[in-house]
Amino acid sequence: MTLTPVTVRRAIARMTSGLDGPLLAIVLALTGIGLATLYSASYDTPARFHAQLLNFAVAFAALWVAAQVPPQTLARFALPAYLLGLALLVAVALFGDVVNGARRWLHLGFLRVQPSEMMKIAVPLMLAWYFHRYEAALRLRDFALAGLLLALPVALIARQPDLGTALLVFAVGFYVIFFAGIGWKVLATLAALALASVAPLWGLLHDYQRKRILTLLDPTQDPLGAGYHIIQSTIAVGSGGIAGKGWLHGTQAHLEFIPERHTDFIFAVFSEEFGLIGNCVLLLLYALLIGRGLMIAANAATYFSRLLAASLTLMYFTYAFVNMGMVAGILPVVGVPLPFVSYGGTSLATLFIGVGLLMSVNRHRKLVQT
Amino acid sequence: MSLAATPALVRLPVWRARFVLAAFVFAFIVLAVRSVYLQAMKTGFLQEQGEARYSRVMEVPATRGRILDRNGEALAVSTPVKSIWVIPDDVKASRGQKKRLAGLLGLDARELDKKLAETSRDFVYLKRQIAPDTADKVEALGIPGVYQQREYRRYYPGGEVTAHLIGFTGVDDAGQEGVELAFQSSLAGQPGSRRVIKDRLGRIVEDVESIRGAQDGHDLTLSIDSKIQSLAYGALRSAVAAHGAKAGAIVAIDVRTGEILALANVPSYNPNNRSHLSGAQLRNRAITDSFEPGSTLKPFTIAVALEQHRIAPTTRIQTAPGKLTIGRYTIHDAHPESMLSVAQVIQKSSNVGAAKIALELPREQMWKMFERVGFGAPPQLRFPGEASGKVRPWQTWRPIEQATMAYGHGISVSLLQLAHAYTVFARDGVLVPLTLVRTGTPVQGVRVISARTTHEIRDMLELAVQPGGTGPRARIVGWRVAGKTGTAHKQENGGYAPDKYIASFVGFAPASAPRMVIAVMIDEPAGREYYGGLVAAPVFAQVMQGALRMLNVPHDAPLEPLEQPSGSDDAREGT
Repeated sequence: MTLTPVTVRRAIARMTSGLDGPLLAIVLALTGIGLATLYSASYDTPARFHAQLLNFAVAFAALWVAAQVPPQTLARFALPAYLLGLALLVAVALFGDVVNGARRWLHLGFLRVQPSEMMKIAVPLMLAWYFHRYEAALRLRDFALAGLLLALPVALIARQPDLGTALLVFAVGFYVIFFAGIGWKVLATLAALALASVAPLWGLLHDYQRKRILTLLDPTQDPLGAGYHIIQSTIAVGSGGIAGKGWLHGTQAHLEFIPERHTDFIFAVFSEEFGLIGNCVLLLLYALLIGRGLMIAANAATYFSRLLAASLTLMYFTYAFVNMGMVAGILPVVGVPLPFVSYGGTSLATLFIGVGLLMSVNRHRKLVQT
Repeated sequence: MSLAATPALVRLPVWRARFVLAAFVFAFIVLAVRSVYLQAMKTGFLQEQGEARYSRVMEVPATRGRILDRNGEALAVSTPVKSIWVIPDDVKASRGQKKRLAGLLGLDARELDKKLAETSRDFVYLKRQIAPDTADKVEALGIPGVYQQREYRRYYPGGEVTAHLIGFTGVDDAGQEGVELAFQSSLAGQPGSRRVIKDRLGRIVEDVESIRGAQDGHDLTLSIDSKIQSLAYGALRSAVAAHGAKAGAIVAIDVRTGEILALANVPSYNPNNRSHLSGAQLRNRAITDSFEPGSTLKPFTIAVALEQHRIAPTTRIQTAPGKLTIGRYTIHDAHPESMLSVAQVIQKSSNVGAAKIALELPREQMWKMFERVGFGAPPQLRFPGEASGKVRPWQTWRPIEQATMAYGHGISVSLLQLAHAYTVFARDGVLVPLTLVRTGTPVQGVRVISARTTHEIRDMLELAVQPGGTGPRARIVGWRVAGKTGTAHKQENGGYAPDKYIASFVGFAPASAPRMVIAVMIDEPAGREYYGGLVAAPVFAQVMQGALRMLNVPHDAPLEPLEQPSGSDDAREGT
């Protein structure tokens, strides 16, 4: 093949054909904000910023690949992917590396992976495929089985312990079940059961776990211990004011007063430097992302595509809301990163693959319209 | 399986979608409201809270003022140094790094390990006040947890020559002795303060603003003349060594202004290295020690008698057989004479003669003289530990006491007081206040005795250093000298030690128009030569000669070699 303008243009067209313009623009804007904030937060560890650039390149490639795969092919991978993920989670429980007191990582020769991340994609795939397959006549038994399919990985992840990831996996699975049409009565019963179990559960909790919850209610009770994260991040957010202190001028982050400033608390760094205006922009971008995702779900060609797209989109919403709510001091501290912004290769790859799946769903919507 | 779908079944339940949408919108509104609450409504409070976590007010040290001599030569200067401190818990150093650190700081390895082991503390000095270039080398080691702080260290170019006079500062830069203590408030200045930004570990990240600038201390120009000081110290030290004496002191005063030109003591110490000091070295004897002066007080007794017109310089007094018994006590002359004129009583330093004159005088008049020339009261130099000496109230004087006080026993003075008192003879009967600070201007004094009496005393004092007097070794080439020797038994355990003396000489020159008073005191000269005329007078001569030359004082005597005295016997005196 010779390199003429025409062939180049054709090649580019083929390369970009699977990509959804608006979604891509939103994700790139979020990633840009993330890189800028990370650059500021890693003023003393520039290697982090460079690593994240590489992570971004890898994740983008994954997105492109995912966007090329038609939903039918994706559905075929659902069960194997889910089973593989489950097997890896069991392997982690048995042979995993312990980092910071949690068993989350698995050594695969040269590569170190975090199988729980993979479940954020594998669980909605699996459940969407499952409901699609039995959609003609869904009975309570089917929902019970789906609940079991969801509970297994969530329990394994929560045991590691990794409460944040467990929460996200549970959320994304729950969204699938919810959209599949689980009855309100069933939901209400489950919710009532959950509420009823709060009091006995409280008695079963460890002291430190109770403390975490109480800390949220009044962080100043233990300002140097459990309340430290929330107090510091609230101060950072608030001292940003309307317009922020300006990029690279956030004092709290640069003086190391913000804990986990590269990862879970990066929103505090962003908020201090870009203020209320920056926060509104960020919220708007997330709203656009979610809106676009829901649009794609609404126009999806198949039940599978629709469930997948809707649950993934709402997972992003959960991500963003839980993280920002935590940093702003209205939700308890759980390890949920800010999507597209927080540092971390596996997490970024998962997010981008999810976007790729949305694009794939979007590209193949026309199949049914014709 | 097939994914081909039937459109009717693909639709999600509408109300579920709406419910989700509503939840999503509600959640984002909550976030936005929280954001507005934190960033628009509570931002002031939170900014304050944030600032409280990094903003600190730091003291900025003021540079201590220099101490200069009257010609602007530095006697005390502050040089920047660094102190090395650590947060023991944060220190991470390899064995090699620790070894190099210990080497740079001059600590042994065990000492260093002990300091680094104090992990419960957040601030431990490794070494204070090291040279800036050593501190740079420490920094180059790049050991985390090791920090530096800037300080000033006092350096004394004059070393042991000016040690007692200048004193020194402690490690916190506050005066502890001497002029450093006496003038602390003006030398120290006012420390300023700065607002700085510190990170969580307390490291200074940024210097924000100056709240109050440091006001550096004022320089202090002393009345001291370094050259005369150095000459005085050298001559004194040689004499103390040559005579195997315990100690010595010397004071030089400018007669016209009351300025102290030199003040030195032996033994001295190096103020720049005070690791091994004894109390004896630290004593500023000239100012803080008082002693029984002996014969150097005789001129004051004679002056009272002259002022009272009880005698004239030519009045003859019988001093034979060289002793005088008053009650149970007997006064001796070392060198018995017979009939002496009043002038000869001074010249030969006859105790019997002085005692006989004194016994003719009202006690109150003698006491008044002592009091008016400054005995019994501190000289008001602001100097720490100024001795006032002891002059008992005249009402309690018994005849024997009045007699011994006539030749300087039963009364004590400091060498500085003695030198000060002699300015009366040098200044036509007027006493001027002393000062350690350069004034350069002649001052009006307080008249103590008449000019006529002064001139009569001055003639006698000139006679005392001529051959035939007790102090011919005080003479110098080119200037006429007037002065008086003193040789006093030291008091020990309530009595007088038979073989311990304080030899002294006080005098001034040029005798025709006096410019400078110098007083010399040698404590416990060993060996056979212990008379003031033999031990202290040569020191006086050496320093006076050099000082007058340095000050370009016009000659009032021919530049001819001095007539040698017939023998050392003349130097002997009664006390």
